[in-house]
Amino acid sequence: MSELVTPSQTTGPYFAMRLPWLEGPFVVPEGTPGAVTIIGRLFDGAGDVIPDGLIETWQAGPDGRFAHPDDPRGPVPAGYGAFRGFGRCPTARDGSFKLVTLKPGALPFGDGRVEAPHIDVSVFARGLLDRCVTRVYFPDEAALNGADPVLAAVPADRRPTLIAVPLADGLLEFDVHVQGDRETVFFDL
Amino acid sequence: MTGELVLPGYAHPRPGNHPPLDFPGYTATALRHPVKPLVLLPHRLTEVTGPLLGDELITMQDADLTTRHAGEPLGQRIIVSGRVLDSGGRPVPDTLIEIWQTNAAGRYRHTHDHHSAPLDPDFDGIGRAITDAGGRYRFVTIKPGAYPWGNHHNAWRPAHIHFSLFGRAFTQRLITQMYFPGDPLLPLDPIYNSVPDDKARQLMVAEFSIEDTQPEWALAYRFGIVLRGRDASVFEEGNQR
Repeated sequence: MSELVTPSQTTGPYFAMRLPWLEGPFVVPEGTPGAVTIIGRLFDGAGDVIPDGLIETWQAGPDGRFAHPDDPRGPVPAGYGAFRGFGRCPTARDGSFKLVTLKPGALPFGDGRVEAPHIDVSVFARGLLDRCVTRVYFPDEAALNGADPVLAAVPADRRPTLIAVPLADGLLEFDVHVQGDRETVFFDL
Repeated sequence: MTGELVLPGYAHPRPGNHPPLDFPGYTATALRHPVKPLVLLPHRLTEVTGPLLGDELITMQDADLTTRHAGEPLGQRIIVSGRVLDSGGRPVPDTLIEIWQTNAAGRYRHTHDHHSAPLDPDFDGIGRAITDAGGRYRFVTIKPGAYPWGNHHNAWRPAHIHFSLFGRAFTQRLITQMYFPGDPLLPLDPIYNSVPDDKARQLMVAEFSIEDTQPEWALAYRFGIVLRGRDASVFEEGNQR
C-alpha cells in the first residue's frame, strides 16, 4: 500500500490569472519548419463548451527523445534546439485551445513493441476535482497506431476519440469530451 | 527500437486519497466528470519524464507577493514555506511551484470574478518558486479571504491558496489547495470534503508555526507537499519476452 500524497483539488475558474505565463500553446514558435498545429474544443456532458479549462501537454521530440534524466537512453542529441515538449493553453470563451508543436517520434515500449507517436494531455477545469489524462495520436500513423500497446488496451469503438482529425496540411483537430456520447478515453495514470 | 528499458515506476495513490471526479456536493462536477471506465496507462517513457522547468524562468521576487507593486498590499502578511517530498520521503528538488490566491478581501484579480469585495491595486495574487536541493520553498504573501461561490445556499469557500506542482515526471503533476488551520468554513466546504480519506484531507491544511513567525513582521505557516513516490520495486522489462 502506497503512502498518502497531497490530494488533488480543482483548479477553480481563476488559474487563467497567470498560469498561462509559461510558454503557452507554443511548444515551438509559430512558423517553425515542420510544425503542426493542433486545435480543439473542450466539451462537457451536455455538449456545452468548457470556457474555463486548462490543457497541458507533454511529449517526446521528433526523434523520440526526452530532455530528461530518467530517459535511460541518455542525453538528447542536438537537433531540436530548445525544444522542451511542454505546452499549456487555457480554453477560450468558445472552449477552444491550440497547440503548436512538432510531431513526436515513436517510442520503445520496453518489450520490443513500439508506442506510436503520441502526446500526453492533462485536462484541468473548474468542476474537475482531479485532472483527466488522455493522449493525442496522429491520423497518418495507421500502422503504428494499429500496433500501439496503449491503444490496444482501449475498446476498439472508443479508439477514434484519441486520434486527431486532419483538417489541412499541418493542421489537426482534437476535441475533448469530458462526458457524453462522444466521451474521450481517459486514462488511469 | 528493441531493447531493455529500465524506468522508474510511480506508485498508485491508495483509494480515497484523491477526490472522486463525480462529487454531487460540488455541483459543477455533474457534467464535467467522465462516466466511462478509465483505461490503465502503463508508466513508460512519456509518463516517467516531464517538463523540468528550471530557475531560468523565475526571479527571487516571484516568491514575494508583497513587494511587486507601488505600495504594500492590505491584509495579514504571512510566510508560507515547506518541503516537497515524494511519498517515499525523498525531497523533490528543482521543481516549479506556482500559486494563485485572492486578496485579503476574498477577491481574485480576474475579469470573471464579480464578488463585490474590493480589489487591491498592490496585490495580484500570483507567485512562483523553485524548490531547492532539499525540496524546500518559501513564499511571502498575505492571508487570502473567504468568498461566496454560489454552489449552494450561503456557500463560502474557506480561505485557500492554489498550488500547482510539476514534480519530475508527468505522473507527479499536481494541482491542489492549501487551507488554514481552524477555519470554521472547512467542515462546510464540499471541495475540501471531496477527499474521502481523513488523513489525506488534513494534508491540505497548513500548520501555524510560531518558530517561523517573524517578530514585528509576519505570521508563518508550514505546508508540506507530498507527490507520488517511486514504487519500491523498480519497474523493469526484459527484451522480447
